[in-house]
Amino acid sequence: MAPINFVRNEMLAPSAPPVREAGAVKWLRENLFSGVFNTILTLVGIYVIYSIIVAALPWWLNSVWNAGSLSECREIVAAQAGEGATGACWAMIRERWHQFIFGFYPSELYWRPVLAFGLLVAALAPVLFGGQKRNLTMILAVVAAFLLVTLWMAGAPLVVFVLSMAVVLGMIAVAQAGSGKLLWFTALYPALCFWLLWGGSIWLPVVAMLGFVVLGVAYLALVGRTSPMTAAGVGVVLALAWWFILDKPLTEALFAALPWGIEAVASDQFGGFLLAITIGVTAIGFSLPIGILLALGRQSDMLIVKTLCVGFIEFIRGVPLITLLFTASLLLQYFLPPGTNFDIILRVIILVTLFAAAYLAEVIRGGLAALPSGQYEAADALGLDYWRAQRLIILPQALKISIPSIVSTFIGLFKDTTLVAFVGLMDPLKGVTQIVRADINWKGIYWEPYIFVGAIFFVICFGMSRYSMHLERKLKTDHR
Amino acid sequence: MKKSVFLGVVAATTMVAGVASAQATLETVKARGELICGSNTGLTGFGAPDASGNWVGFDVDLCRAIAAAVFGDPTKVKFVPTTGETRFTALQSGEVDVLIRNSTWTLSRDTELALDFVAVNYYDGQGFMVKSDLGVSSAKELDGATVCIQTGTTTELNLADFFKQNNISYQPVTVADDSEAQRQYLAGACDAYTTDASGLAASRATMPDAANHVILPEIISKEPLGPVVRHGDSNWGDIVRWTYFALLIAEEKGITKANVEEVATSTADEEVKRLLGLSGDMGAKIGLDNAAFKNAIASVGNYGEIFAANIGEGTAINLARGLNALWTQGGLQYAPPFR
Repeated sequence: MAPINFVRNEMLAPSAPPVREAGAVKWLRENLFSGVFNTILTLVGIYVIYSIIVAALPWWLNSVWNAGSLSECREIVAAQAGEGATGACWAMIRERWHQFIFGFYPSELYWRPVLAFGLLVAALAPVLFGGQKRNLTMILAVVAAFLLVTLWMAGAPLVVFVLSMAVVLGMIAVAQAGSGKLLWFTALYPALCFWLLWGGSIWLPVVAMLGFVVLGVAYLALVGRTSPMTAAGVGVVLALAWWFILDKPLTEALFAALPWGIEAVASDQFGGFLLAITIGVTAIGFSLPIGILLALGRQSDMLIVKTLCVGFIEFIRGVPLITLLFTASLLLQYFLPPGTNFDIILRVIILVTLFAAAYLAEVIRGGLAALPSGQYEAADALGLDYWRAQRLIILPQALKISIPSIVSTFIGLFKDTTLVAFVGLMDPLKGVTQIVRADINWKGIYWEPYIFVGAIFFVICFGMSRYSMHLERKLKTDHR
Repeated sequence: MKKSVFLGVVAATTMVAGVASAQATLETVKARGELICGSNTGLTGFGAPDASGNWVGFDVDLCRAIAAAVFGDPTKVKFVPTTGETRFTALQSGEVDVLIRNSTWTLSRDTELALDFVAVNYYDGQGFMVKSDLGVSSAKELDGATVCIQTGTTTELNLADFFKQNNISYQPVTVADDSEAQRQYLAGACDAYTTDASGLAASRATMPDAANHVILPEIISKEPLGPVVRHGDSNWGDIVRWTYFALLIAEEKGITKANVEEVATSTADEEVKRLLGLSGDMGAKIGLDNAAFKNAIASVGNYGEIFAANIGEGTAINLARGLNALWTQGGLQYAPPFR
């Protein structure tokens, strides 16, 4: 008899894993209850979250959106949820949101900051997403949609409506060919933004921008014949001469001949996020190039340049921002000739820019120091001069390393703009909140303005942070 | 050596700037076409912008009166919000022409800071607010109490003095500003809240359970609040002072915003005639138009009207005139003769 050999000829069906090794239970065991200590921490955490929700949830659920005053809010909450219940009074935001966003900017001109903001995004897009056609088109399309809605809501004149749509749609068309040409719009944007926000004669920004044209023409005319440094130096001198000598009479003459302009808005009418974004974006935009130059200057072999840069950086980093703001607001006024009224926002922007530049210089110096000296030597070996070596080899790598720190400096700078409240400017957090609370109708309101302002700050700062992560991924060239 | 030269230059610059700006505030204001008034960053009833950005309040109206006296137009005034830290420097440096921002008149501010307090438009004093179920009827019974107090103010020093003098103890709970104080007080973090009595009244008016809070009778300090100008330009100080006195005299004589034109045509009172610029040259004596004070009254009303419209009984803040009643009614508001 042949032995019976049992051979399984089909696979056994896989059985389900034990309960504790699969699904939610496994996740809970591994992540929340993996030991005595962790179990305790989890329970404590759950208790804390539970208490916060129990304390805050009714407040959120009982929110009131339609009321004329805080006491009316309280009555409505009491009527809805019974005596003693608490509720958020968002009616304050409903009534005063425009002051949180625009300060005292004349309400019939709200379309101007709105347009400036939309075009700001459009102007930044080619810088932030250069060479990424899809992203660029998408962002410009969002800007177009944003402007379409907000300009309509702000009651912008039809001409503005059509022109701004033409600009953005034109940019989308150009973007299909490549993002390089769009940078021209970015270069023109500061003048356009200044004119939109402050208004007045159109010749002021135009003539000021011509100073840069003078610089560029002088540089290009001389650069073949002398060294780039000399050419740039002559260009700067000529441009300064243009700004300090020719600028004012020319502007006035042109305005007398062609009085084109829009209604002027004084600086003291700026407030809220309009102020924070104006200060923040300008300071961010100018502090990066200044910071790079300072960082390079600090590394320089030239004694005077190096001493000046080190002195500047250490001085600025050694004093608190508030001190600089008080200097801007109070001391400068003492030293300027009587009768000069140097715009307070401009003073603050200049000092905030210098402050951020000093910090950025140190951040970028960190990036420069992190490069192996082989990179510097390789640049020298290729026969590149100083500026070419920096531009082509050193800075691209150093800046890439510094991206997270640069962006966190920017985020810090943007949040620091709320400190201008101490010099009497209407920042969104303290300035506007204080005037809202000074209204007898809203006196005693506490959390709502903070939550509202905090939420907007969060959105902007979180956006910056996500962008920096995107940039890091995009520029990642190694294989770690 | 170098340092002293530098300091000398700085001092000289400052003096030149200071003298030049001190000489002719009136001319500067007229040339500029508007008055720049240092104001509060937001104090209920006294000075704050409303929902449409127009400044309103008790102090604000005095600024408008001065603008009306100088220009004949109460809208030719720009309000510069100043914080507690920046207010006096803003005035000294010439950034504002006059500071009307609930600032207490003290000796050191008058002398060291080189400022002139030209009048007192509101007599305030520090008081206490407690919950009525605490069962306290006098501040002297507050032994061992926790007291909410704003840091860096004169109220902090007054509080320490008061408790020390009465040999009782207290526990300070320091807070940054009024809204924070109100919140802490309502949440029970302190038994009593102390600040200027006008501020207490405004806070109490907006509390959900106003009836459960009492303001104690003791006023533990003198807080004369008034308009401030720079040292060294007495004419400008006179303009501010007499504009204010004109508003007081208007109340005394029963001249209101509504009836000023009517009084001007019918009055037989010689002082009123001088006040309204119908006789004499009172306006011209301080470098203004003869109708300056009439314009001031016509634009904002007399002192009593300003008080009633912004902080008086009938408004939500509901302050009694008290010390701020006219001297004829037992208060301290007294204007010298207008002649």
